[in-house]
This record gives sequence, C-alpha cells and structure tokens, in this order.
Amino acid sequence: MIISQRQPDGPVLEARDLYVGFGGRRAAPDVRAVDGVELAVEKGQIVALAGESGCGKTTLARTLMGLERPYRGQVHHHGVPLDYRGRALKAYRRKVQLVLQDPTGALNPRRTVYEAVAEGLRIHRVPGDEKVQVAEALSLAGLRPPERFFARYPHELSGGQRQRVVIAGALALKPEVIVADEPVSSLDASVRGEILALLLSLRDELGLTVLVVTHDLGLAWNISDRLAVMYLGRIVESGPTEEVLAAPRHPYTAALLSVLPETQHVEPVILKGETPDPRRIPVGCRFNPRCPALADGTAGAAGVATRCVSQELPILPATTTHEAACLLAGWGG
Amino acid sequence: MALLDIRDLEVTYRGSEGDLPAVRGVNLSVEAGQVVGLAGESGCGKSTIAGAVLRLLPASARISGQVRLAGEDVLTMSWGRLRAVRWSQASVVFQGAMHALNPVQKVGDQIAEAVLQHAKSRSAGSRVRELLDQVGLPAWRATSYPHELSGGQRQRVMIAMALACGPKLIIADEPTTALDVMVQAQVMSLLGTLVRESGMGMLLISHDLSVLADACDRVAVMYAGRVVEEGPAASVFGEPRHPYARALAAAFPVIGDPASRRAPKGLAGDPPDPRDLPSGCPFRPRCVEAIGICSEIDIRLRQAGPDRAAACVHVAETVTESEAVAL
Repeated sequence: MIISQRQPDGPVLEARDLYVGFGGRRAAPDVRAVDGVELAVEKGQIVALAGESGCGKTTLARTLMGLERPYRGQVHHHGVPLDYRGRALKAYRRKVQLVLQDPTGALNPRRTVYEAVAEGLRIHRVPGDEKVQVAEALSLAGLRPPERFFARYPHELSGGQRQRVVIAGALALKPEVIVADEPVSSLDASVRGEILALLLSLRDELGLTVLVVTHDLGLAWNISDRLAVMYLGRIVESGPTEEVLAAPRHPYTAALLSVLPETQHVEPVILKGETPDPRRIPVGCRFNPRCPALADGTAGAAGVATRCVSQELPILPATTTHEAACLLAGWGG
Repeated sequence: MALLDIRDLEVTYRGSEGDLPAVRGVNLSVEAGQVVGLAGESGCGKSTIAGAVLRLLPASARISGQVRLAGEDVLTMSWGRLRAVRWSQASVVFQGAMHALNPVQKVGDQIAEAVLQHAKSRSAGSRVRELLDQVGLPAWRATSYPHELSGGQRQRVMIAMALACGPKLIIADEPTTALDVMVQAQVMSLLGTLVRESGMGMLLISHDLSVLADACDRVAVMYAGRVVEEGPAASVFGEPRHPYARALAAAFPVIGDPASRRAPKGLAGDPPDPRDLPSGCPFRPRCVEAIGICSEIDIRLRQAGPDRAAACVHVAETVTESEAVAL
C-alpha cells in the first residue's frame, strides 16, 4: 500500500540542524521560531512533540512537511534532503499528510464527506476507483458503514466524526507519515480517547508513522513511543516516553508535568509568565529566566548558576536515549 | 441559605425543527466560599445552565423551575432588578476570551465600563488598577488592546471584568479551554485564590473532569440535560459511580499509570439527539453496563453513598445491598 520506493534503513523524517525564522533578512530573521533542532522520526513510530503555544512545535511540524522552508539546515526524507521544486514537493506531500486541530475549520461546510475525502485523490490524480478508495479510507478511520456517510455534510456530524473525516482524507492517499497538529484538543473528553485509539491502531495495523504535535503530556503517555519537549525553538528534552515522563531531567518538563491536574502527589511548580518573545531569546540557557531550579538555588548549589545565564547549551542530538539540555542534567559539560 | 440554589430547572429551546429540551430538571446549589464543578460533553446543557442563572438565554428559551440567587428568584425578577443583579451579585467569565473582548477598545476601558455600570462615583481608573493587580497584571496593561495580550492575559482581563462589581458568585464557563497547561494552571490558581480570599462562590463549568477534580469542592456530571452523578469532587473523580462519569474520568490518563499507557480510553458513540432521546436511561445506547431494565425506567438521581448521588440502576442495587448489611 505504501508507494514503492527504495527505502534505506534509518529515519523516515529527520530535522538536521534546523532553523526556521520569520521576518527580517533570510539569514537573520526577526523571529527564530525553530532555533536549532535535531529530530529523527523512525518508521512505524509515534513521536510526540510537546510544548506550549509559541514554542515552535507547529512551525517545526510544518517545516517537516515542506510547508515552511528553513533558513539553515535541512529536512531529510529517508536520508535524502527535501526537494522544494513543485513536482517533487507535491509527491512528498502525498506521502506526508497533515491532520489539523480543528476539524470544523478544516472541512468545507458546503462539501459532503465524500467530496472532502476524494479531494486529495483528485488533486494527486490517484488512479483506481475513487468510490472504493473513499469507502476504504472512511472505514479505516472508523466511519462504518462508509456509504452511510458519503452524502452527509460536516454540520450533520459530531466533532469526533468530523475529525475522523479529516483523518480519512489523509488516509485516502495512503501516506507513510501522518503529522497531527493537536488532533484532539478541540474535541470533547469522551471523544478524545476514541481518536487517539484510532491513531494507535493505524500505526499497529498499517505501520503508519505518526508525528503528533501537542501541549498535552497525557496524550504522549497515551500513545507515543518517543517524546520531545520543545521550549523557545529548541528541543530541551527527548527520549522514550516512559523515561521522560517517569523521570524528567529538564526543569521545564518537570514543571509541565507537575501542573497536570492528575498529578496530585507532587507540589505544582507554576512557572510565572509565559514563553518569552522568540525575537529576544535569553542569553545562556534559554529557560533560565523562568527556571525554578535556578531560582530556588539548586543550580547555585550544583555550581552551574553562572553558566546557566551565560553559556549557550549545545543542541541536543537526535539520539534514541533520554537526554535533557540542562547543565544540571550534565548536558553541555 | 445557599448562594445559588437551582431547583427543578428545565430549559427548552423552541425552534422550527421542534422543541429542543436542553436542561431537563436540574437541582444544584453553590454555597459561599465553595467551588462547584459542572462537567459534561458539548450539548449536555451545562452552558445553558450558566446562561439561565443570569437569564442570558435567547428569547427562544422557555425556562421553568427556580434559580435563587441569595434567596431571590432570578427567573421572576423584574428587568430593573436583574440589571442590578448581573455583575454585582453574579458575573460570568465566558470561554474564549479571544472573542469576548472588544478588539478596538483598550482593556482598561472595557473593565472600567463594567465598573461604571454599577458604581456611581469614585474614579474608575483606580478601581481598574486594583482589579488588574488582583488578577496579576501590571497597571500599565490597562492601555493595551486585546491583540497585544496573550491568551492567558486576556483571560485574566475577563476575570478582572467579572470581579469589577464585587460579585458574590462567579460563573466560569470553560475558563481555561484553549489555554496552555501552564497558563491553565496559572488561571486556575488565580480563581482558587480569589474564592478563598473573598469568600465568593464559584460555579466552574468544564468538559475536563480532571481539572474540576482539582479545583472544586463538589462536582456534578451532566448527560443529556440532567445531572447523572453528584458528590464531593475527589470521590466523583476517584471512584465514579455512574458509567458515564467513569468514562469521563478515564478520558484523561494519569501519567505513570501503566493501565493507560498505549491504551487511550474513550467512549464509543455520540451523545443522543435531545429531540429524540432513547427510552429509559438516555446513556443506555453508549453504556457498556446496560441491562434490560435500562430501556424501561427513566432513571433519576439516587443515593450512592454518603453525600453523593448517581442516576444508574446498578447504583441502586449496590446501595440496597450495603443498606441490607447495615441493617
């Protein structure tokens, strides 16, 4: 089902020394939304990219899809740098499909479910019986029997069903990778688990690779194999989901975990303020102005406080082990 | 006397496609200094209840029952009295601060508008500064426009407006939906502090039972226009008795709990069409524990342990057993 192609071993998708910016000159943009990221997504894995609004996670995902162009570094697909020329990019986007946060906004209210799912097939001129392919995609997405949904309009569906239609639209093209940007954050709590279970089963049954962008660490615990936590344009901690969530090494990850309503056994560390302006990235460790470990003297006791505010940390490599970009975790020597 | 006492509230929207019963007999009360949570999916009627408390519902809504605010029935109040009660007795923090603020007016002026509605003299300016301080925003933010603020800051402005006239009750309708976890924690801790320090009461509405479990004293879970479970927040979240409440509680995983690892839990099916409710228990078509009798009896809330109630036939059985043991 996956488009036949030479598939060397190694990651399906990779960000190598990736920098993406907006405004200003190309080599020196005003806003550095992604500011040095190494990330590898292996075939058949579910990777969660977590962080708050403005941390650059959506920009990183869009860049991996070829929707934004980096000003430095590259996106690699099966080890080959992404080709941004029209036809090559179109072929690439067929293999890497996007599922957006708000299914109501993603669907045209005046088009039926059938047309919404068939749109991609038509754009990419996919050969074969369209009706069969649409029906197949709908039933893969859990809308069964698919024929019952063909003539429906988005307003006749529930939020969960709409998100399934969006997912069916992506699946119709038989992609290798699905990039899901906050796929459940606009859905009701009861529907959330259903959609996550669908993503998990698509991976298990079709071998789909999934990159899921989220602010919800519970979602990562629910479905992801690997977790990368972003802060202000960089990945600050990454590793196998169990390890990162059971024993976070970066104070930012620890703080994010502590404020979840379910974690009542730990004292919540409520960080003050919000993610700083990416136009003015702090000197030294980019988390230092909000870092609870620096504020409470832990960093001072460990003898790294002065370096926290002066020494820029090296970029975390795309390793498979659990690493954190924090001097307290032994990163940056 | 409870600060807010809702008795037998029914709200039906009349429309061209027939009547839509949104709230079908709800009892709920909030004491001063108490935070009461109202949980449920979209369309379960929770926001309609919020609107009914201050009679903010559209003209198509037919309302019956009682909504007593500090002893006075809001539903039979004169318009003049209602105007006085809104903001000063009870105020609402709506969801989506992005859309609730006027984009072309400075936020300080918008807060001042609420202040001036009800306080005659006194310079509104100093009150606005006081309010901004209370919600953790610097005074100079009064001259900002909404687009200059982040989502969390806008929600703080909304809270400042709700506090403007010193209300006894705050109704917060999904105040943290669409906010980041850290900002959500900031806003929830702010609301919690305000309630503790001022002795206000708060009705907190959310679809996220875990947020409510953390912030509330008591929680009511709604389904298809009725409360299906009610009790102390920790026990409703920790040991829900109604199968629907159980599904909601399981929807957000406990990180570190092996049972939820690679096993997201959802609830199959969709909420019923309020115009065409199934016979018997409205949750029956989605319920994994449904038995034959569920399609026959229109189940109402019943005692489900000390200080709690649930509307499920299974609850009745277990209670009868334990009562039998007690006897």
